[in-house]
Amino acid sequence: MTDTPFEVKPHPEMWAGLGMDVPRFDKARQMLGEVYDKMYISQANRPTAMQYFDDMVSEIFGGRIKEMLAVKEKGKPVVGTFCVYIPEEVVVAAGGVCVGLCGGSQGSVPDAEKILPRNICPMVKSAYGFKAGRICPYFQVVDFVYGETTCDAKKKTWELLDRLVPTHVMEIPQMKNKRDKTLWLEEVHEFKNKVEEVCGTTISADDLAGAIKVINNKRKALQRLTRLRANSPVPISGKDALLIEQIAFYDEPVRFAGKVNGLCDELEERVKKGTGFCGGDTPRIMVSGTPMALPNWKVHNLVETAGAVVVNEESCIGTRYFKDLIDEGGSTIDEQLDVLTDRYMQIDCSCFTPNDERIDQILREYKKSNAQGILHYSLQFCHTYNIEEIKVREACEKEGIPYLSIESDYSPEDVGQLQTRIEAFLEQIRG
Amino acid sequence: MHVGIDLGSRTIKVAVLENGQLVDQQISESGFDPHGQALEMIGRYNPVRVVATGYGRHLARKHFADEVITEIKAHALGARHHFPECTTVVDIGGQDSKVISLDARGRVSNFQMNDKCAAGTGKFLEIMAASLGFRLDEFGPAALASTQEVAINSMCTVFAESEVISLKNHGSPPGDIARGVHLSVVNRIVGMLGRVGYGELIVFSGGVARNPCMVKLLRERLDNVRVDSPPAPDIVGALGAALYAGRMEL
Repeated sequence: MTDTPFEVKPHPEMWAGLGMDVPRFDKARQMLGEVYDKMYISQANRPTAMQYFDDMVSEIFGGRIKEMLAVKEKGKPVVGTFCVYIPEEVVVAAGGVCVGLCGGSQGSVPDAEKILPRNICPMVKSAYGFKAGRICPYFQVVDFVYGETTCDAKKKTWELLDRLVPTHVMEIPQMKNKRDKTLWLEEVHEFKNKVEEVCGTTISADDLAGAIKVINNKRKALQRLTRLRANSPVPISGKDALLIEQIAFYDEPVRFAGKVNGLCDELEERVKKGTGFCGGDTPRIMVSGTPMALPNWKVHNLVETAGAVVVNEESCIGTRYFKDLIDEGGSTIDEQLDVLTDRYMQIDCSCFTPNDERIDQILREYKKSNAQGILHYSLQFCHTYNIEEIKVREACEKEGIPYLSIESDYSPEDVGQLQTRIEAFLEQIRG
Repeated sequence: MHVGIDLGSRTIKVAVLENGQLVDQQISESGFDPHGQALEMIGRYNPVRVVATGYGRHLARKHFADEVITEIKAHALGARHHFPECTTVVDIGGQDSKVISLDARGRVSNFQMNDKCAAGTGKFLEIMAASLGFRLDEFGPAALASTQEVAINSMCTVFAESEVISLKNHGSPPGDIARGVHLSVVNRIVGMLGRVGYGELIVFSGGVARNPCMVKLLRERLDNVRVDSPPAPDIVGALGAALYAGRMEL
């Protein structure tokens, strides 16, 4: 720990240039710094390689934005997305940047509630509010947004978001039959055409092969990090690992993979020496469910403050994003997009019916991560995850896996209750 | 001597054990200064160990308690002290309602808590009593005296209060509405029991267990089940904490 408190660096001139509400955003920036200092910097036994990710947070509203502006100056697109279904390989192949815009903060919810109904998903509200309130530099930088039809709240909100920033929509199938893949493949082709149109360029098979490798490498690095967390004592906190999974959605992919692998080298050394983030007798929790978009660290913070450690995230911001790779053997664009579509069709989002492969995946990850209990996390009003939770619970009961389900949003009002539930869950695991 | 203290959202409860026997107990309002209030309550004892539970448990740990346990574990321990064979505990407190499932040895195997709104809690009953013009101690008996009930459909305290006011203005007798309010809480608890599963004996603890209408309706809605409460249901959590304090020496 250093003496100077952690700070998210201000860049007011650049923000003004991006048309942001600078005074208001500057307050949010200060708050984020304070929260990060308290939740992250104060942790004991952090790997030294976390410095890079701390710096990424410090420059989250500056350095990375500048890099994106530089890409734009070269005539390449910056594409904003909200979902792990959007094939970022295609954007990277065109020389552009793909950035995850998912909203994870209560701060922008009131902006959204001026327009949107209150009783919809907090992530959708937060995302919309960031644009409506002009309080997210990433939203200001993107050339256009690519939404999808994974849920009703999203697909109807895109119609309204389109008034504020050009928003296109990919139709995600809801089942996994042959005709669904046909639909998705067509959508992927259209997505490629749209990206090419914006860039005024044609994506070659070589470009796409390179991009597939780049994103595969990013996913492989995250897989390696996940495997290392299976060790006891666990070499890294769940909070730090979650942060890295969140940064995966906005960092430059080649550099990011290098830094994650660098961290993994250090974690391997820790494992050899038996050095952990915490003692070997600390209860190990796997989190499963809806994504936790930056800066949503609520559940991880509660779990780790209560004396346990999170060892796995079965979530879109987690293993669902990186568990599957794309076959690198395709030689023509058509072949490549076909295998790319195969990979994307393996994503086991609860928007599909049936989606029993997710239940199998949860049980597999539970065993692999050497967890001692599963905490299912669902955002409020996320019907598909909330209902699928019943099947997850049944599977855990059948397997004798200690299980806790919580439903929450970004507001702090239920922290006391969640703390009680999580502590009682840990009492149950400790016996 | 072992002291258990339950710092709840509405009241603070203290249970004092000497050689495993309950020798003293206290209840008082939490007030604005729960820490000061708690100190005043336990100041007269000289225990070897204090264990805290309830919403203020971490505050107590910071200042005076030796250990903390959750209300879930505390109510499980306290209920088993009175009913060694019970495997299900329903605790309705000021801010939470909980259904706790225990294994044969009394360890918590599963639990459910109400969602983050206040519906189905003691606070909900309190607010509804006030809007119907009852004192809290009159509310249960008034509901019990009614033979008819009107349905309260709202799950949210705020909306339920509007619903109650609108029923009042349509001329429904307050006693019938009161019964409907009680029934809405019981239905929520029965739903939670359905999700967790329950045994033949359900121990009803927490302050709301002193409400005779709640006990009666809960019995009526559950077939082939015995619903029972210890003589002082409010202090079950504090008792569980005191029992835990005693166990820590073993």
